[in-house]
Amino acid sequence: MAVSDSASVHRTGVPHILAHSPKDNVAVVVVEGLKAGTTALGVVTENNSSFTVEVKDDVPIGHKVALVDLSETTTVIKYGQDVGRMTGGAEKGRHVHTHNMKTKRW
Amino acid sequence: MTGLIIMNEQPSPFVGGASDQLMTPALSGKRASIDFKEATFRGWRRENGRVGVRNHVVILPLDDLSNAVCEAVANNVKGTLAIPHAYGRLQFGADLELHFRTLIGAGSNPNVAAVVVVGIEDGWTKRVVDGIAKTGKPVIGFGIEGHGDIATISRASYQAKRFVQWASELAREECPIADLWVSTKCGESDTTTGLSSCPTVGNMYDKLIPLGVYGVFGETSEITGAEHLCKERAADPDIAEKWYKMWNAYQRDVIEAHKTDDLSDSQPTKGNIAGGLTTIEEKALGNLEKIGRNSRYIDVLEPAEAPAKGPGLYYMDTSSAAAECVTLMAAGGYVVHTFPTGQGNVIGNPIVPVIKISGNPKTLRTMGEHIDVDVTGVLRRDMTLDQAGDALIDMIVRTANGRLTAAESLGHREFSMTKLYRSA
Repeated sequence: MAVSDSASVHRTGVPHILAHSPKDNVAVVVVEGLKAGTTALGVVTENNSSFTVEVKDDVPIGHKVALVDLSETTTVIKYGQDVGRMTGGAEKGRHVHTHNMKTKRW
Repeated sequence: MTGLIIMNEQPSPFVGGASDQLMTPALSGKRASIDFKEATFRGWRRENGRVGVRNHVVILPLDDLSNAVCEAVANNVKGTLAIPHAYGRLQFGADLELHFRTLIGAGSNPNVAAVVVVGIEDGWTKRVVDGIAKTGKPVIGFGIEGHGDIATISRASYQAKRFVQWASELAREECPIADLWVSTKCGESDTTTGLSSCPTVGNMYDKLIPLGVYGVFGETSEITGAEHLCKERAADPDIAEKWYKMWNAYQRDVIEAHKTDDLSDSQPTKGNIAGGLTTIEEKALGNLEKIGRNSRYIDVLEPAEAPAKGPGLYYMDTSSAAAECVTLMAAGGYVVHTFPTGQGNVIGNPIVPVIKISGNPKTLRTMGEHIDVDVTGVLRRDMTLDQAGDALIDMIVRTANGRLTAAESLGHREFSMTKLYRSA
């Protein structure tokens, strides 16, 4: 994962965001009311490592944030797998959803 | 006196129950999951050896025209259950075969004690009766033509009364957990289902399939993006090829043949997208979490086909629409359904209890009355998937023993026939 892993030993509290795999370049918001400017605590469920990322949009629960700067056409990785492509750019910490991401199928 | 009855609310020994659930005083404090290999449940062993967890007397219409008679009979005879549906006339070919397989399968389901079939005419009615009769359970059919609704309601009501009084004296008996057939399909999924409720079902299957439980998953369009992973989970290369051929046929004959856009708003649904799912690939990977880490599917079933290769995990070719899929799995003989939801799908089924599992705290807060198992702790990281799987096993056994699911208590009885193409 292309994010800081330094908090893994010092993790406290309930995570704001969860990623499935260390390969993922997005993570899912799992708390309600996450506001721009929050330093979000993240956990990678596959190996229980933790990380932090500064969230730059208000992102609803269930929606994704970029864990690295994602440029247009970048493949989005979740579960360690290809889940689609960016149709616009999203800096690290920004909201990733239908406004900037699309399926590669159908 | 205030008129209020004050309930002594004790904390439930069962973790994972949704917050509005009361401790039932009569409930054993022992969790089935503590020793799930030795766990038992109390069900009805039917004439063919299969075990049901409900004891319905079903009034089953052959076709749309016969719904009114069936509903009148169910109104006359308390304790019976009419299952109205939309189709059954002028169907032909594979679509007709699926119609018969679904009706015969529903009537044959071990959750059904006896069946009264009503059709507009005798010929196709008899075909459904004969199919259900192979189980050995009581079944009788009535054709409306030549008699009219009122006389048919009268004749069918007499038989329904006999059946329901007979069924009411059938006793539950203790059965090993291996006698359960447990299906799964998720709905109104979001990103929390792939993180919590779907892998909870997967953990349950990892524990129960090796004990001899039958499992099934499906939702063919919703494997798109995870087909390479699903194909790898076949028990052998022949089954993998059979699965891949089926998946490709669905892409070609259903999706590509009829699509007018990229299916955004349909697959994923509006609800999926509101919940944060962006693409079918992302949805599919969450969907596949339901089969856990260890089990391999041993056959690929046609819609509503009963498994015939012994205990284990099966794949059934179904659409991803909740009521259609659960109806097909019930027709395949599954007696308990596990249903992960993120945004809060409210589905039930008339003959199979549908257990809802959710990890989305917003959904538990806003529509908790629909949820049977609360796995929000998985997202908070204070509940492990192993604990969540145990909570689901406990709820499966409690439900098998007679606990009404949220969907049952709220009256959800969605019975939706899958139609392959227009009638003649």
